[in-house]
Amino acid sequence: MSAEPTQSTLTNNALISPERLLDVKELKKYFPIRKGVFKSVVGQVRSVDGVTFHLNQGETLGLVGESGCGKTTTSRCLLRAINPTSGEIRYRQADGQLVDVTQLASDQLRPVRREMQMIFQDPFASLNPRMNLLDLVGEPLLVNGVANRKERSDRVADLLRLVGLRPEYMRRFPHAFSGGQRQRIVIARALALNPRLVVADEPVSALDVSVQAQVLNLLLDLQEQLKLTYLFVAHDLSVVRHISDRVAVMYVGRIVEMSPTDELFLAPKHPYTAALLSAVPVADPRIRSKMQPLEGDVPSPSNPPNGCHFHPRCPFATELCRQQAPDLEEVQPNHFVACHRQAELKLSGVSEPT
Amino acid sequence: MTNQPLLEVRDLQTVFELDEGTVRAVDGVSFNVYPGRVLGIVGESGCGKSVTIKSVLRLIEEPGRIANGAIRFRSKILGNSSAEMVDLVQLPAKSAQLRALRGNEIALIPQEPMAAFSPVHTIGNQLMEVIQLHQPVSDGEAKKIAVNRLKEVGVPNPESAIDRYSWELSGGLRQRAMIGMALTCDPLLLIADEPTTAIDVTTQAQVLSLLRKLQQEHQTSIIFITHDLGVIAQLADDVVVMYLGKVMESGPVDQIFHNPQHPYTRALLRSIPTVYTKNRSRLPTISGSIPHPFQKRTGCPFVARCQEALPEQRCANQAPALKAINEHQSVSCFLHGEEVNVS
Repeated sequence: MSAEPTQSTLTNNALISPERLLDVKELKKYFPIRKGVFKSVVGQVRSVDGVTFHLNQGETLGLVGESGCGKTTTSRCLLRAINPTSGEIRYRQADGQLVDVTQLASDQLRPVRREMQMIFQDPFASLNPRMNLLDLVGEPLLVNGVANRKERSDRVADLLRLVGLRPEYMRRFPHAFSGGQRQRIVIARALALNPRLVVADEPVSALDVSVQAQVLNLLLDLQEQLKLTYLFVAHDLSVVRHISDRVAVMYVGRIVEMSPTDELFLAPKHPYTAALLSAVPVADPRIRSKMQPLEGDVPSPSNPPNGCHFHPRCPFATELCRQQAPDLEEVQPNHFVACHRQAELKLSGVSEPT
Repeated sequence: MTNQPLLEVRDLQTVFELDEGTVRAVDGVSFNVYPGRVLGIVGESGCGKSVTIKSVLRLIEEPGRIANGAIRFRSKILGNSSAEMVDLVQLPAKSAQLRALRGNEIALIPQEPMAAFSPVHTIGNQLMEVIQLHQPVSDGEAKKIAVNRLKEVGVPNPESAIDRYSWELSGGLRQRAMIGMALTCDPLLLIADEPTTAIDVTTQAQVLSLLRKLQQEHQTSIIFITHDLGVIAQLADDVVVMYLGKVMESGPVDQIFHNPQHPYTRALLRSIPTVYTKNRSRLPTISGSIPHPFQKRTGCPFVARCQEALPEQRCANQAPALKAINEHQSVSCFLHGEEVNVS
């Protein structure tokens, strides 16, 4: 884990520490709600509502939250798979230059996108059933100018070996592979262009437990081998604890807490993080009493409550929380929390089993 | 557990005859469900857990069929006396007896409440339908029962919720309404098929604690199907671990988690990520993947991935039977046979 000096109020490119691969500031993505004959805009779904975070080179940031919190939208905005409404996404290219991904025209975007790749959730949906492995894994190479067939198949063989598949399978089609093997194919394809940043959106949630562990270990090995930086989007806190150096917790379009992994799990400072941790069912029948479920439901991002979005479900909410949204502040080195009462609250995280 | 079981499943075999070959989805499964206890059936995809409970409900459709075995249920309405058990396998597929049983004495909470509720009928109409199918009550009374059920499962403003459609409710509320519907006729046996898989973790905690509360109040027996060992640990009294259509191990929840005897159970428990580990640690894995269901098998289904397989191809050539190793726990593994020394 890198212990870099913290600079939370940066505006100038020159001030961004060279370790930072990605610096996201006030990212917003609103989707319009249209109604009526003239499709007039009657409201906004604030999927991502002012998200600020950064990624250091070679680390894994876990982005967790419940469905609808905006974690997938955030990850897609980073690659401009969808265009953000506003905000800055500064990305440090291999030559050290910082570019704002949100400002790039499509021809400028292409070289940047080569360095950023995505791994999707469902390996059954993300592989074209009519393409064999050579075509699937080789397609990014073809698109980016590796026209020589021999060269391409050599590279695909290397990639398959890298993710633990046999190169002999190159001519087979996706249906011949199990879920775990398919996810390996997806990973091989993502790695084809030597990316520096890999955005993994729930890469193991569609896999069985016994296979999930294999893919998680593979992702960790590849990161060390290839010096990759991961943004790991997941809803499963135990998976996130395994793979992440730092974790950001999102709730209704905003980051409520971000800190080094162990700190977040052992000493959370936001009531939502603590509630999330206590809701994880512990795989030990001897620890049963602890489940204190949070009341109510996640609010809709089209009509979020005023003030802190969590206040209707928060056991510690005050008048201030109902009226004013707290800012994400650095309360300890590298530990960011958006809560008015974080200093006075004593929250418990997961307690290590004895 | 000295009392008599409510449900006895013996050597159940459910097969699907497809053009590509015969899939033995459930291959000789036996277990008991006792009154007032929660049985968790845990396993990965393709292990036959859903087919098992569909067999119990007699909802297996062509090309599938129950090839062998018995499913004996202590029914109050079908049995002549409380000591007699009815073998559900022997009842004709679309018989009135089965229909009288389903939704009444045996109820189901399906995995995806969005798909299970009809989108064109109100929640209330669907609850009242179940009530009036099994009880001779008027519309007004049925409505009253439905409102009470919704109140019991924690749906706010049940009087107005009853006139709403399933798609107007949030995921958590929808699942609560579904639980309310399953409980309308005070079932003896409640079958929950991955009821929390499609919902978020904070909502899952709500649903689990609701199920536990209702189970204790009504003393209902529950069969709880899941692939999540955490959920099993939190809810089940007894556990059946399945792999490729066979029971690998069964026993009380504490034994399964703290004294697992089958290599598969042990490997599964080791390989689940927990919130307690240090970050960036490698998980112990189970090598390989779940074999394809069409693949011909002899011997133990887990043999190809087992680290403790016996020498001389014993496990590959011969299938171990489920054997009781003590009063409560059963294992199907040659490591626990009398003729093999466990070192």
